[in-house]
Amino acid sequence: MDIETIAKKLNLEVRSASDRLKNNVTGGYTGDLLSDVMANSHEGDIWITRQVHQNIVAVATLKEHAGIILVNSCEPARDTLEKAIQEKIPIMVSNLPAFELTGAIYNLLGKKD
Amino acid sequence: MKLREVKEILDADVIVGQEKLDMEVKTAFGADMMSDVLAFAKAGSLLLTGLTNTQVIRIANVLDIAAIILVRGKKPQTEALALAKELQIPILITKYILFETAGRLYVKGIVGCLEQVEDHSAHN
Amino acid sequence: MVAWNKLKITVHTTKTENYLYTNSFDIEGGNFSKAGTIATGIKSILKELGLPNDVVRKSAIVCYEAEINVVSYARKGFINLTVTPKTVQIEITDEGPGIPDIELAMEQGYSTANQQIREMGFGAGMGLYNINCYSDKFDISSEVNKGTFLKIIINTPQCI
Repeated sequence: MDIETIAKKLNLEVRSASDRLKNNVTGGYTGDLLSDVMANSHEGDIWITRQVHQNIVAVATLKEHAGIILVNSCEPARDTLEKAIQEKIPIMVSNLPAFELTGAIYNLLGKKD
Repeated sequence: MKLREVKEILDADVIVGQEKLDMEVKTAFGADMMSDVLAFAKAGSLLLTGLTNTQVIRIANVLDIAAIILVRGKKPQTEALALAKELQIPILITKYILFETAGRLYVKGIVGCLEQVEDHSAHN
Repeated sequence: MVAWNKLKITVHTTKTENYLYTNSFDIEGGNFSKAGTIATGIKSILKELGLPNDVVRKSAIVCYEAEINVVSYARKGFINLTVTPKTVQIEITDEGPGIPDIELAMEQGYSTANQQIREMGFGAGMGLYNINCYSDKFDISSEVNKGTFLKIIINTPQCI
């Protein structure tokens, strides 16, 4: 499933790299600790987090995530957004907390581990 | 659902609170940032987190969290375990990542402890 | 984002009121293994006094956030807790770097926390914001290189 479908179904607001919404989402990772996300997430994951500082773009780039969704209506910091545009990492914003957003995406992906 | 069903859905080990498995739980909150937990989590919710320090236990106590679910098979730090026993806060360990843990509980009917974050003051 | 003009600033006027409980608790700067012990202790004190659950919860959250701030940034500090029939009053004084721009520090998401603090699950820039949200009255003053003073009042809705 591509990001665009998820963004439409869950009313996500796209903040960067809107030309990369065809990125394929193969899984999800929810977490706010960068070291954990670095260690355990996978290529193609959609990363769900509440962290807004620019290091999230570096992590998403290195791990080749499909995109980042910020929860709790958190907005990316300005330098985060600049980096995301430069690195072509889609950042989206949701007003849902991590639990609900994760649940909804899990449902959409119909995924078992 | 009962905490016992949560344990089954997550294939979890109960390391504290074996005697509380008949407790009813309806809501959950997932986060690694403790201030978010303090801001948004509601009393009686499950707390899903990857953090294992004593702060998680203290916050669960401060907020009257029903039970802590540690994800990714993480074990609580020694002091945290002792504190959870003392404060009688159930801890379940699941091997699933937070994404999978939240997803599994969500599809089985556990709901978030609040629907969306807009007016923070409304969540006091 | 919380606007500065929305802050609930007040002047302390309850000094002559009878109190049910008053005590002072020291906070050790930099000691993360003890961080939060005062907040949990205060929670049980307030519970024992028979305060309503939401007052106990709000007070514990406020104390917790303030305690974490002192541990994260200051050399030392203390919390004065005073419970009157109508209010819980919490004052936190620390000796530390102070806050150069309080308005900025009050914003949701603003943080000067280092990586160590962030990996422990703090430093999301929610501390002062949370304190403000859970307080009925909140006053903050700070002097750079000296310290910060917080005064929080949480109202008790019914007589006890």
